[in-house]
This record gives sequence, structure tokens and C-alpha cells, in this order.
Amino acid sequence: MSTTTEAPDTAAAAAAPAKPKLKTSAMIASFADPGQKTASAPFGHALVKAAQENDKIVGLTADLGKYTDMHIFAKAFPERFFQMGMAEQLLFGAAAGLAETGLVPFASTYSVFAARRAYDFLCLDAAEPNLNVNIVGGLPGLTTGYGPSHQATEDMAIFRGMPNLTIVDPCDSIDIEQAVPQLAASDGPTYLRLLRGSVPTVLDEYDYTFELGKAKVLRGGNDVVFISSGLMTMRALQAAKALAAHNVDVAVVHTPTIKPFDAETVLAEINTDRLAVTLENHSVVGGLFETVASAVVTSGMGKRVVPVALPDQFLDAGALPTLHDRYGLAVDRIVAKVLAELG
Amino acid sequence: MTLTHETNTEQAMPVETIQEPATKGPVTQERIAKISAAAYRIRHHALNMGEVQGQGYVGQALGAADMLATVYGDQLNFRPEDPHWEARDRFLLSTGHYAIGHYAALAEAGIVPVEELETYGSDDSRLPMSGMSTYTPGMEISGGSLGHGLTIAVGMALGLRYQGSSARVFNFLSDGELDEGSTWEAAMGAHHHQLGNLTAMVDINALQADGKTDTVLRTEPVTEKWESFGWYTQRVDGNDVGALLAAFDNAAAQAAAVGRPSAILCDTKVGRGVPLLEDREKAHFMRIEEHEWQTCREQLTAGYEGKASA
Repeated sequence: MSTTTEAPDTAAAAAAPAKPKLKTSAMIASFADPGQKTASAPFGHALVKAAQENDKIVGLTADLGKYTDMHIFAKAFPERFFQMGMAEQLLFGAAAGLAETGLVPFASTYSVFAARRAYDFLCLDAAEPNLNVNIVGGLPGLTTGYGPSHQATEDMAIFRGMPNLTIVDPCDSIDIEQAVPQLAASDGPTYLRLLRGSVPTVLDEYDYTFELGKAKVLRGGNDVVFISSGLMTMRALQAAKALAAHNVDVAVVHTPTIKPFDAETVLAEINTDRLAVTLENHSVVGGLFETVASAVVTSGMGKRVVPVALPDQFLDAGALPTLHDRYGLAVDRIVAKVLAELG
Repeated sequence: MTLTHETNTEQAMPVETIQEPATKGPVTQERIAKISAAAYRIRHHALNMGEVQGQGYVGQALGAADMLATVYGDQLNFRPEDPHWEARDRFLLSTGHYAIGHYAALAEAGIVPVEELETYGSDDSRLPMSGMSTYTPGMEISGGSLGHGLTIAVGMALGLRYQGSSARVFNFLSDGELDEGSTWEAAMGAHHHQLGNLTAMVDINALQADGKTDTVLRTEPVTEKWESFGWYTQRVDGNDVGALLAAFDNAAAQAAAVGRPSAILCDTKVGRGVPLLEDREKAHFMRIEEHEWQTCREQLTAGYEGKASA
């Protein structure tokens, strides 16, 4: 700062209204709450750890290494990392080719590009031959304020129809750390809805371990049962605590594996007099809600299920907290919805 | 032709040739005769398969028979009794509908029994109309959705090199497949990663589903495209066995773990070897009447024997 310039008219400056600080739509907005315990790049570190034990693991990305935490792996194992450029069809076709030679590829890009742009390649080259190709998709659901080009609000809806594909929607850093070696060890193709950067650490407070294909009851409760996946399990746990202040006792069942779905555990929890609510960071079409709903209908259980999910529409651009509030993923909105349902 | 090429890959690669320089020697009349005989048998098999089915991509199989005979009869390293042998060269058929020709080549190679060919396209057959890796021994990938083969080939070539294998990867694609953007993603990727163990063989029959290639989506100049993508590019008459052998020998001679990928662009004629079909209005899916199959076989044999005795 220069000290030689003339001092501004302090009276005039004081009279001007302070310009409000705008909420911005940063691409890599963290959904961690202020002061929340987090872990840095849990996927990248978990992949490095898994690769130290399994020399078949290789990593690829389509010009998004830094934005999918793949750069951690690339730095640790430069000879096992393949940069494929901004070419998602090549990324996943080549991942299938690597798997054909016996390697275990983890290929990262944003979820929108994996699901929308490269579907045919994943379907025919990885899923049909049931290869161990591991898709790592950043910015799943509503985890960026960049609008529909980057918001993968229907990624699970797209991927659920793909035979052989395992779909994992992790809640936090614990889920990711524990899921990565299990994804590598499972034979067929997998899709991980990546949470990257500073990722909240939530599940360490519960008696919990990630098991591929299993839903887990994180807490019991007599009035309401939440069935949740992904970051919405964090919100479900927060909402359960907030609802306790309203004398509403809420159970939370975390189902990080969307496919194959642990219907047995979930149906046992739903088949009670409690209000059943699904919570997901995904469109109300084709995700967790419809997975649960189809399991409920198939079982013959006459039970209403209330969805907390993104609306079936293209979402706005904006700041993530604004959007989570607008579209009902914020804790306050969940609490209000449950109280309204309970009358 | 320069064999050196600047490397711009990020990872350090061991620089070594992945196989001995071609020791097959010159393109002799013996080699040409052997491959021509194999191509004749592949064509004959394809006609028989087409007759059982009553239809099929016979025109493409006849056109590509010399390319298939050359790779399976002269170039590929494989064990017929062990199609999954780890050190085998990989042959990837992206054009799934060419399976009729590929099955014939697999029979010629001893991987599929000749007597099984008549099941082509039938219920519960291992030989479906469009080639699938999960059905057929020796079929490395499930082709058919065009533009996939070369992307998979890039991954295989990377994976084999990373694991120290000297096996090579061959991807058979068609000129129609050059319409697909993914083919060019893969062409860039192969050059970027300096996949000297990868060869693309392109069947340029100038025909695709809706008509002649130059009326559907112009792909020419094809040679310049591959060259500008950094590939060692040769263009040959794909129905001239001698020219094919020379081109594949050239590609083999410069194959390396780190180097330029090879493109062998093969101009072929749909229905080649059967004048009745060569002269018929070109169609992606060729109709042949019931009474014509025997004529086709007779014309094929007459042409082959005429050439062989010439």
C-alpha cells in the first residue's frame, strides 16, 4: 500500500454503504461445516495405501487429477499413473484395456462426464465383460455451484441401470478410506461418488465400519427412521440431533452401497410404525428413494416413504449453502419437513 | 522413414525394442502363397456361414479376408490351444459386425473348430452375429459400438508395457469408424504415450451403413490424418497380400515399447474374390439369394485357382 497518496475523504467513505460480501459459487465448495473435523484428500491417500499393498492398482484421469485427489496417487506412483487428457471416452476405454491385462485401474473425472459422456464405454467395455474398472466421479449430486454442466444430479439414475456395476455413495472420509481397498478387491466394475478436498470426518463417532454391500444402523430411534447415503448421512445425523430438541426420536440407517442394495437391513428398519424418510444428494428420480421404494413395493409392505432429495429439474448456479437450503438438503429444511410430516 | 520420435510422456519408460527385428525376411512367393491360401479358406468359411444364416456381413468378410489372413497367418504371436496365453499378441475387433470374417480367421488359426462355424448367429452359439469377448475364445473385446476398439487398445498397450510384456496390440477398425470422435481421442492418446507396441489396421472399403463414406461423412484425407496425429502411417492395397505382408513387416520392424504407434490403412473391395458380389450394388448388409451361394463359392474357387496357377 502506498503511503504517499492523499488520504480519502474519510467522511464520504463512512457515509457510503458497506458493499455486502457476496456468496459465490466456487467450483470446489466444501460442504463441511465451519470448525468441523475433516481429512484432506482421503481418496488420494487411501488409493496410495491400497496401491502399496496391491501392485496391480493403477490410476488414470482425464485432466482432472488435482480436482479428484488423484494427484496424490500420481505423485506417489508416477509410473503407475496415466494422464489421458480431456478425453473421457478414451479414459474409460483405456481403463477397460488396462483391466484386460490384469491391472486394477481407478479412473477419475467428474461424475457428469463419467455418467453422461462415457456411459457407452463403461457399459460395453467395462461392465459387460465384468472387469475390475473403478470409476471415481467427482462433484456428485449437488456439490458444486456451477450449474447443470457440473452438477451430477442424476448420476445414480444413469448408472443404476448398468448390469454388474457396484455403486458406492460414501458419507465421509472414513467411508472413503475403508471403501477404496474393498472396491479394488471386488471383481467387477464400481462407481465411487467421490468427496474430495477437505472431507468431513463423521462416522468415527459411531460404532461403524464400511462393508461393501451393507447398510448399517448408526443410531436407533422410536419415532422416525432415516435411510440415507452419501453426504446426506452427515445431514441426517445432524437433523436427528436437532429433532431430539423437539422430542422426536430418530434412527439413522446409512446405506453407502446403492447397488447391490442391502434391502434386507433397510426393509427390516422400515417395516415399523415409524415415519420412513430417505435422504440423498441426488435427484428424486432414480436414486436412493426409488431404490428403497422398489424394495418396499416388491416386499408387499404397505408403507409410505418420504423422500428428501433434489427436485427433478436442472438446478441453479450459486453458492453451495444457498443451494442446499433452496433444494431441501440443509439440516433446517430436513427438520422442518419431518416436523410437518409428523403434524 | 524416420524411426526416432520425440517422447513427451510424463513417465519415464524403459527404451528397448519389444521384439526382435522382423526376422521373417523378404516377402517371398512362399509367404504370399501361404497367406493367399489362408485368405481363400477364410472367404470360403464366410460364404458357408452366410448361407446358413441366409444373410450377413459377407461382403465385409470377403473384403477383409486378406488383412485377417495376414495378421493371423503371418504376424500374430498366439497359441491356438491356449487363447488366453498371457504373452499373446492381442487382436481387437472393434467392428463387431465383421465377426463373420473374424470367426473364419479364428478357425483358420485353430482357435475355433471349423465345424463350429455353421452355428454362426444361431441361438446359444459361441459365435454371435456381433463379436463379443464373453462368447468366443480369441475374441478379445466386445465390439459393435464403433469407436471403442482403439480406446481399449490404448489401455491394453499401456498395461502390457507397464507389466514388461513384449506382446503387441493390433486393433482392426473400419473407415466408417473414423467418424467416431473417440477414435481420435485414442489416436492422440496412443501418440502421447508413445505406444510403439500398438498397430491400428483400418479397413477402408469406402462404405458404411447409409452409403458411400464420402457421401455420409467424408473421412479423407485419411493418410494425412493419421500422420498428423503422429502415427507411423502406411497405406496399401488391402487385397494385395504381398503389399500387406510388406506393410506389416515394416510395422513390426519398428515396433518398440516406446515409439510411434503404427497405422496400416488398407484399401479393400467389398465382396472381394467373388465377382458376383464385387459387381453388386454395394450394401452394408448384403442380400444374397438362396441359389446364389453355390455360384459365389464356385467363382471364389475359380478365381483363387486361376491366380494360384498363374
